[in-house]
Amino acid sequence: MTQRLDYLQETPSQTAGPYVHIGLAPRQAGFDIYERNFDNVLVGPNTKGERIRIEGRVLDGSGTPLRDVLLEIWQANAAGKYNHPADLQDKPIDPHFRGWGRAASDFETGLYWFETIKPGPVIGRHGRVMAPHINFWIVARGINIGLNTRMYFSDEEEANAKDPVLNSIEWEVRRKTLIAQREQRGNQVVYRFDIRFHGDDETVFFEI
Amino acid sequence: MNDHRFRVGEFYQRDRLVHPPAYTPGYKTSILRSPKNALIAIENSLSEITGPVFDPSELGPLDNDLILNYAKDGLPIGERILVHGYVRDENGRPVPNALVEIWQANAGGRYRHKNDRYIAPLDPNFGGCGRTLTDKDGYYVFRTIKPGPYPWRNHNNEWRPSHIHYSISGYGWAQRLITQMYFEGDPLIPMCPILRTIPDEAQARRLIAVQDRNAFAAFDYRAYRFDIVLRGSRATPFENYVQGEK
Ligand SMILES: [Fe+3]
Repeated sequence: MTQRLDYLQETPSQTAGPYVHIGLAPRQAGFDIYERNFDNVLVGPNTKGERIRIEGRVLDGSGTPLRDVLLEIWQANAAGKYNHPADLQDKPIDPHFRGWGRAASDFETGLYWFETIKPGPVIGRHGRVMAPHINFWIVARGINIGLNTRMYFSDEEEANAKDPVLNSIEWEVRRKTLIAQREQRGNQVVYRFDIRFHGDDETVFFEI
Repeated sequence: MNDHRFRVGEFYQRDRLVHPPAYTPGYKTSILRSPKNALIAIENSLSEITGPVFDPSELGPLDNDLILNYAKDGLPIGERILVHGYVRDENGRPVPNALVEIWQANAGGRYRHKNDRYIAPLDPNFGGCGRTLTDKDGYYVFRTIKPGPYPWRNHNNEWRPSHIHYSISGYGWAQRLITQMYFEGDPLIPMCPILRTIPDEAQARRLIAVQDRNAFAAFDYRAYRFDIVLRGSRATPFENYVQGEK
């Protein structure tokens, strides 16, 4: 007999199903229940940083937008610091920015959007700087285990070229699937980020 | 920082054999909603080991009581139950302050959702969602009504066993998890295509909550126990991420 490792095993994942909104975004399901709701606006009047809107659609293997998808994002603040005690970088926390948001796509158009700020760069593994990016987590009916990806910024070409995660994608042609295009809409900065499950421009998803 | 949760290094690699794969043709919707390419493995960085922190003040006092949190002019119809358990990580340590959110159908198997058109009626006193933060021991508790089974479109004449959907957010982004809890003894369990997306039957059975007689309240409710395990992490922070670019 040998000793035994006593690690527990992670609980198995199951699909979020078509009614995920009831639990995570009840107003979208069609009713009001909580006093405070978690939503897709990450910024308040006092948040530091450049205001941006992220929008896009999640497209299935036929190119049809998922109209029942739910996305969460997690990001650093404008200084490149995560609002979490494990981030030991010597940078300021922004008390007006948690860096987390949740959006459900529109039931008709499939469009999702977030209002946030552009994050600063964060130090990555082995001291290598990661280009500004936003972490995405995607769940829906038909998705058995949440999908992880990252969104990078089209106006950060130099930083993107050095980013250790983008560079770890062996297929250079696939890296561009993670880069959101910046556009100016009136006085609003919009980044367009579509996510695709099949095809030549299938989004890169990560095992994290 | 003495709190062990924040002395975190990278998370242990996810054991994919515990989980359903993305592509499971028996659950038809997964066919067009699964990536074709392999996931690309990346080393954990601050982006993966950190995650949102929630404050108890963000939740209301009835948020974890589905019997009362939508009651309008009476109580919801159905079997009164309590569901409770512990959230731990793979190291066996409690995960305090985890955000646990649940949603479910009412006793008749109907969801309060714009897109649910099942003929079973809505219950005017039942919303069907709740949320809570685990305490310092990783413990959570909800009071609710036992959900009914409901039909869905996969094969014809397909029925979901009674279940409660769970969403859990722990201390790191890489722990984010959604799952479903089933009820011991439900005859619809063995044929459920969604539960069967999990290839290992022993793993699938871990989602079946057992009746917990010790937690019954006489003349009030029965109870089910459902424990959850999130990914665990190394206790040592990874190398020199505070030192600038090399
Ligand atoms: Fe369901």
